[in-house]
Amino acid sequence: MLPMFFWAFIIGGIICVIGQLMFDVAKLTPAHTLTTLVVVGAILDGLGLYEPFADFAGAGATIPITSFGNALVHGAMQEAEKHGLIGVLTGMFEVTSSGISAAIIFGFIGALIFKPKG
Amino acid sequence: MLRGKQSWEFSNHPVIRSTGVAVGPFEANGNLTADFDVIHDDLWMGNTSYEQAHRMLLEEAAQTALKKSNLKPEDTQFFIAGDLINQITPTSFAARDLQIPYFGLFGACSTSMEGLALASFMVNYGGANNVLTGASSHNAAVEKQFRYPTEYGGQKPPTAQWTVTGAGVGLITNNPLNDEKLPYTTSATIGKVIDMGLADPFNMGGAMAPAAADTILAHFNDLQKDPSYYDLIVTGDLGKIGRETALALLKEKGLSLDSNKFKDCGLLLYKENQPVQSGGSGAGCSATVLYGHLLNEMKNGMYKRILLVATGALLSPLTVQQNETIPCIAHAVSIEI
Amino acid sequence: MADSKKKNKTPKQQQYAKFEQQFETKRPVLKNCIKAFFVGGLICMIGQFISYLYIYFFHFTEQTSGNPTSATVIFISMLLTGFGIYDRLGQFAGAGSAVPVSGFGNSIISAAIEHRTEGFVLGVGGNIFKLAGSVILFGVFSAFVVALIKTIFLMMTGGL
Repeated sequence: MLPMFFWAFIIGGIICVIGQLMFDVAKLTPAHTLTTLVVVGAILDGLGLYEPFADFAGAGATIPITSFGNALVHGAMQEAEKHGLIGVLTGMFEVTSSGISAAIIFGFIGALIFKPKG
Repeated sequence: MLRGKQSWEFSNHPVIRSTGVAVGPFEANGNLTADFDVIHDDLWMGNTSYEQAHRMLLEEAAQTALKKSNLKPEDTQFFIAGDLINQITPTSFAARDLQIPYFGLFGACSTSMEGLALASFMVNYGGANNVLTGASSHNAAVEKQFRYPTEYGGQKPPTAQWTVTGAGVGLITNNPLNDEKLPYTTSATIGKVIDMGLADPFNMGGAMAPAAADTILAHFNDLQKDPSYYDLIVTGDLGKIGRETALALLKEKGLSLDSNKFKDCGLLLYKENQPVQSGGSGAGCSATVLYGHLLNEMKNGMYKRILLVATGALLSPLTVQQNETIPCIAHAVSIEI
Repeated sequence: MADSKKKNKTPKQQQYAKFEQQFETKRPVLKNCIKAFFVGGLICMIGQFISYLYIYFFHFTEQTSGNPTSATVIFISMLLTGFGIYDRLGQFAGAGSAVPVSGFGNSIISAAIEHRTEGFVLGVGGNIFKLAGSVILFGVFSAFVVALIKTIFLMMTGGL
């Protein structure tokens, strides 16, 4: 169990450093950076590389935004295996629903109870 | 009178009879607290939106300036002001409440001097006896419009600047006798739009420096003066980077300014330990520092002649998304006592 | 991105860009990377801890614990955003707080909180995806393209 904490820290940290370099060296906006990372996650799962990566790094691979791309491809492929091409459309949000649902729900709750502080 | 290509000389010495400055909590914790009339301890100021708070700042500054001169809004002929928010609504809404015939201005952060130049011209040539002019900005309202939601965890680079939450207003009066020995405007140089191709909205100082240099050079050319005439030349919000760039640009063009006599409102306003990266900015920056601090310094005998060069970056969030560069402008007004 | 703009610049503008560079405060890249590494790593470690809580106390498995973990991390980012802490964390950590899913949550929640003054339907509803929209759009579209290509490939090679 303990080695997993170590690898989660290291790998998560490295992915964030890649993001930071995109901010500071490539001078990309956060939107451009995160969008690129999501697309990379999707491509890596398409190549079958993200799952073994997640097995090894645990939360270091599932917490960064790259895992969102991975989860979308995963859901799409799961459905495609059962239902063919149409599954690509129907399955996409099966695996990843909690991230977006949580963000929307908590966003709304946040707007109800919080005031921005500047 | 027109002097040179783009300057006016105000031989009737329009007087800055009184001023009003209202600021937010962050500015109150800065260097110039004693020079502010109204201080708020939070960004909402009892309102239900940042934009309403923004309007309130300008209204309070205007009312304070009027009160100090024992005048009512109806004694004033015109109100000339602007801000950074879309369609300058905070200023227009303040004008609605003041009920003074109104000129809405947009010069981004150069609005304060654009207004002072026009107000001085009007008073100098008998187009008005009393004119209220000023500019304002509100950090949260500007961030919301130009950059990111205020609670967003974005990281600002060291070249970024901090938008001032504050309003500064001056009452310009026709008073040739000037028994009270108040400061008066003597000339103004209107700037052209200068675009040297910089496009990073997080480095406005660097984008605005050429405009400041252009207007300063034009001023000295038009009025046949040289920098030694002034005790102080102050820019609006070039910040650390813009100021150094402007000094070097002017030196290249043959105008060597004394670095100790070349200051910037954005750098004067905040303390070293306040997280403002390159310095303060915003339409309220030059307005609060001039109408609060600098005029007080003049009345205390610190300066006899100053040149205030307010600088503005004429971009919008849309132009940034469309990959346009940042055109800038600078307007200068000279004040003597 | 900076280079593509150079192509359309006049010689004078290019000269100014070089001139101005010498006065620009350089970004502290190494310092930023170190801060991003530590904060990002820490957030992932906390995520790992939450994941284990779900596995041992709520009978999730290693595969299924990802979902409740994300939801919990986003809940925490709602609190940090609402209490005005996440923006300060963001200035310090940069990508360290933007890249984890808590950053995704923060981008949505901060936009929702900010635009409440314009009403819930048009303000909150109309602006909630202001920052996260591109991530969702490109995430979904790239996943679509990848899955489509992979599915067709597998179909043609008899894998499906």
